[in-house]
Amino acid sequence: MRDTIKKLVEAWGPSGAEHRVRALIQKEISGLADTIRTDALGNLIALKKGSGGGSKVMLSAHMDEIGVIVSWIDEKGFVRVNPVGGVRPLYEVMGRVAFENGTVGVIGVEKMEKPDQVPPMQKLYVDVGAASREDCPVRIGDLGSFVRPMVEMGDRLTSKAMDDRIGCAVSVQTLRDLGPSPHDIYFVFSSQEEVGLRGAMTSAFGISPDVGIAVDVTGAGDTPEPQLKMATKLGAGPAIKVKDGGMLATPWVKEWMVRTAEASNIPYQLEVLAGGTTDARAIQTTQAGIPAGCLSIVTRYIHSPSETVSYRDVVDSARLLVAMLSRPIE
Amino acid sequence: MILEALSNAFGPSGCEGKVRRVVLDAVADKVDEVQVDHLGNVIARQKGTVYPAFKVMVAAHMDEVGFMITHADDNGLLHFTKVGGIDDRVLPAKVVRIGKSEIPGVISMKPVHLTGSGERGKVVSHEDMAIDIGVSSKAEAERLVTKGDYAAFDVAFEELGAMVKGKAFDDRAGCAVLIALIERGPYPFDFWPVFTTMEEVGLRGARVAAYRVTPDAAFALEGTICDDGPREKDISPTTAVGKGPAISPMDRSVIADRRLVRLLIETAEAEGIPYQLKQPGMGGTDAGAIHLTKTGVPSVPVSVPSRYIHSPVCMLSKEDLENTVRLMAATLQRITPEVLRADRGGEV
Repeated sequence: MRDTIKKLVEAWGPSGAEHRVRALIQKEISGLADTIRTDALGNLIALKKGSGGGSKVMLSAHMDEIGVIVSWIDEKGFVRVNPVGGVRPLYEVMGRVAFENGTVGVIGVEKMEKPDQVPPMQKLYVDVGAASREDCPVRIGDLGSFVRPMVEMGDRLTSKAMDDRIGCAVSVQTLRDLGPSPHDIYFVFSSQEEVGLRGAMTSAFGISPDVGIAVDVTGAGDTPEPQLKMATKLGAGPAIKVKDGGMLATPWVKEWMVRTAEASNIPYQLEVLAGGTTDARAIQTTQAGIPAGCLSIVTRYIHSPSETVSYRDVVDSARLLVAMLSRPIE
Repeated sequence: MILEALSNAFGPSGCEGKVRRVVLDAVADKVDEVQVDHLGNVIARQKGTVYPAFKVMVAAHMDEVGFMITHADDNGLLHFTKVGGIDDRVLPAKVVRIGKSEIPGVISMKPVHLTGSGERGKVVSHEDMAIDIGVSSKAEAERLVTKGDYAAFDVAFEELGAMVKGKAFDDRAGCAVLIALIERGPYPFDFWPVFTTMEEVGLRGARVAAYRVTPDAAFALEGTICDDGPREKDISPTTAVGKGPAISPMDRSVIADRRLVRLLIETAEAEGIPYQLKQPGMGGTDAGAIHLTKTGVPSVPVSVPSRYIHSPVCMLSKEDLENTVRLMAATLQRITPEVLRADRGGEV
């Protein structure tokens, strides 16, 4: 599974340009699903048909990552960018960004009036090595993603785009390990989550499932003075979402996860996230309303180039999903 | 030009009736079907000649930013709230029209003589302004204006050489382009021109119109942000006047479908039509609501650069307006179901 994770997190795919991630996943799951299709917004939807008598279940893990989009190229060839999704300039300064055509640039920052001030996006530029507007290899509207290969630190894996390629990896692993199931399971690899859950909105409408589960990252509260005050820890098992900034998990879906984890001896933790939300919110509010929950992978340094997870949690997340989906929902 | 009648028409969000009248008069006999839906959208249709089942919706919004009267005070001054995004800095001493009978009024302002230097540097909140309609008591005011009446800026359309000035080019410019596209129809596909309502308060008309139409692809036509005045820093003007229609790869509300962006660029280059790429991430458009409809609709915004939008007066170039019509007409001649079956990769 580590190989799949490495391929997925290192793939290039900011919101709206998920095609490389989509191609990669398609290869990883080839032969495992009954049907695979791509919809109007670029969601990849793989259906694994059940043996009958079960429910229509939608899993959603998003393929897109945060990134930048070229807003302007100045006379000297410096590239100005705007954020795609929740980019935090502080985390990106002096890092690198890769554009779709292979161009790589350094993220520079203008002099700040106060040296200890956090730079706003408008103070950043990307130096792609061009000397003029004319010889600049990118143009307005080109998308970029941050560059940072995966590193293994024992049980910990760190890379850009764990959010949410790690969820994609868990979904892929679930599909691989799943034996006979009564359920029709739609594995959705969604697009444009980082800009507003857009892919999940339209894919959920099309599928109209009986229940939806997002597989996404959540914050970790186990670092010195953490950004988010929460009880989640790396290595303490998959996190079962109770609520986040945009969704209250449907109680029976949460209970289904808890019950299955306990019955299968899989460690788990309960998650209450103050801000942010996931595809589960979009699924829950589709059409006439759909029961939904979220299985989260606790992640440190979210929306930075060094998003860090515990491999054990990742493996256990796939185990929990397989256990949940292998028998009828009580 | 039709833009003159459109621009001069009174039509803040939710009160688009007068604009709708101009639109219906211009298009009713040029389309196969036309209906006005529950939210006031004008939904028209020109049947396709080659791909009758391939539906393309092109939207432009009829509403403009404006005001709503909240109450008249004892002095007969009208207090108001804003409808849509208006910067308080543009309000003092501007002329407006109020209600069905378009009563003239002026937004109050303290004369410079009485303003201290400290005060002059500050922005007065619209909550501390009122509209003066020339009466001196609450009773007189209430005879002319009712709580809940709309108000809109009152600026007459005028030509200024190669440019035109007027109110509400956001989005009467888009409406003018859409009317011109209807005049050039029919097209190979099933063409659904939609003049939407309530865009300025959250893309509300487009949302329900797209649900009804369920198109296979969509374009949103706009009069968009243009900040091309002299500047100290070499940064994006968002769009610039005179450089042609602005294609949006992304705005706040939508990431444009890459294949439609590519089609627009290829068409512009093949036809020798100037075009520009709008600064990504700025502003929202009806495409934001349309592309999320049902199972999703590939969508892209295309705009006429318009200076000073969301203020009493906008300016745009007649050539940009004409080139937007040319680009859209040529693109619509080229769009086929194949375009949307193509791979999304490649450089855009």
